[in-house]
Amino acid sequence: MKAASRRSGASWLSPARVKSFALVTPLALVLLMFVVAPLAVVMAVSVFRYDNFEVIPAFTFENYASVLSSHLTLSLYLTMLKLAAMTWVCTLLIGYSVAAFLVFHVRNRLVAIGLFLVCTVPFWTSNVIRMISWLPLLGKQGVINQALMAVGVIHEPLQMLLFSDFSVVISYVHLFTIFMIVPIFNAMSRIDPSLFEAAHDAGAARWQTLLWVVLPLTKSGIVLGSIFVVTLVMGDFYVVKVMSGGTDASVVSAMYDDISTLLFPHAAASAAVLMLILTIMVAAILRLVDVRQELVSSR
Amino acid sequence: MRRSQFSADRRGWPFYALGAVFAAYVVFLYGPMVCIYLLSFQGPQGGLSFPMRGASLHWFEQLIQQGDTGDLMGALSRSIPLALIVMVLTVVISLAGGLAFRNRFPGSGVLFYLVIASLVAPGYVLSIGIGLMFQLLGWETSWYTSALGAQLSWTLPFGLLIMFAIFGRFNRSYEEAARDLGASQLQTMVLVVIPILLPGMIAVALFGFTLSYDEFARTLQTTGSTNTVPIEIWSMTQNVTSPSIYALGTLTTALSFLVIGVSLGAIALIQRRRLGSVTGRS
Repeated sequence: MKAASRRSGASWLSPARVKSFALVTPLALVLLMFVVAPLAVVMAVSVFRYDNFEVIPAFTFENYASVLSSHLTLSLYLTMLKLAAMTWVCTLLIGYSVAAFLVFHVRNRLVAIGLFLVCTVPFWTSNVIRMISWLPLLGKQGVINQALMAVGVIHEPLQMLLFSDFSVVISYVHLFTIFMIVPIFNAMSRIDPSLFEAAHDAGAARWQTLLWVVLPLTKSGIVLGSIFVVTLVMGDFYVVKVMSGGTDASVVSAMYDDISTLLFPHAAASAAVLMLILTIMVAAILRLVDVRQELVSSR
Repeated sequence: MRRSQFSADRRGWPFYALGAVFAAYVVFLYGPMVCIYLLSFQGPQGGLSFPMRGASLHWFEQLIQQGDTGDLMGALSRSIPLALIVMVLTVVISLAGGLAFRNRFPGSGVLFYLVIASLVAPGYVLSIGIGLMFQLLGWETSWYTSALGAQLSWTLPFGLLIMFAIFGRFNRSYEEAARDLGASQLQTMVLVVIPILLPGMIAVALFGFTLSYDEFARTLQTTGSTNTVPIEIWSMTQNVTSPSIYALGTLTTALSFLVIGVSLGAIALIQRRRLGSVTGRS
């Protein structure tokens, strides 16, 4: 007993551990300074009075009261949840189909990697530019309206294409589907192909294999992708603002308006509420799968 | 060779259905971008939508002469060095972190979830937090301090997740072999581990550069009085209604494509050499 505990005590600061700690220090410092501390400051400012760039430690719930009692807050969240739900459904369907095509249907590995890169390249370019690139397509004189009118499907340009929920969701899907494709692609690539033969031999139809073999094995990918897409939409700043034509705001762009008018405590309280809601949503999704096991485990 | 009932020898309808979805997705992905590249090369009478009115470099000239923009060259002169610094730091810190995470250590779980939190936290909330923190500490925000840190909080999670994926496939016996042959830790690292990991590290560098160069929300409250390129673009979307904004889009995307091309080319080259040396010897 004693020897064992001493051994574990010694290994607590074993050379290997010291090395691990040393290697991980820069990462930990960056995260502490630029994630933990700023979030703590946001929390502090949200419950304290704040005047002239100084936090006055007078505890107050006024900021939260004004955020939570405003009708605007509720309608903002309802709008964002609706947009997130629509985006989630679209990105999931597209992402799942694209990943399935690449993993199960493209036989040549190099071709599959090439096509995967084709999906990834836009992700490495500017989001703001990709978003505004929808303007010449969806506008009143845009490509889509012109094409539809030329074919004779419509006689008046459709107004609902641009500056509507439609254009907002289109932009989200355009920007964020890659976050669904990559984790699902990963999960699908790990499926042992012999499982398909087994399912086939056991008499499973195609849809049964999909439902009872592929879907459960890609759950982790779906979960990860869903976390990314939902948090990205809920944290969106500029898509709602630009693609709704400036009429709508997102939760975050409302914070920006607060900051512009120096209402820091109000913005901080609103940020704290958003963080809380996101944490609850992510925690709920995470109950479905052990993400760390999925991402770090060496296999 | 992968074989399944999904890819039987005879292509079934799912192949064509999913193939059609994939093709449609690629068109959806690139179509709009191609439109604005085309529109940026219009003549001086050009507008914001088709049909194109003439062809010229007029809007690029406008852009560079700063007829429409605030300070594009200044923004570039900050964004590019910033992206390079973020790239180097992301590669070094992610590599170190990836090495550390190969073993469990006290606090590794907390740190892991912190990385995930850094990834999914709304960028603008972090931006506000960092901005406020610098104010309270009496430090000045600038692109090379607060914005640099803010961008690392975005690039490091990507870098680490890629490193995790790479180390998941990394065969530790190479390291052990090097040590058995008498290599020091440093030699093992520099001569064995890093060369093996090089393609992955280039991928991390690619993410570091491009994610920094295009970062918007986290930079907005942290860059101080001077803008980076995405913020310049953003302010143009608010008040510029000429194709020069498309010209800026074409220009900045061209730079991104250059970086992507160089990185992917380098990775492909390394992989081909490796394949060559393996088959050449056997």
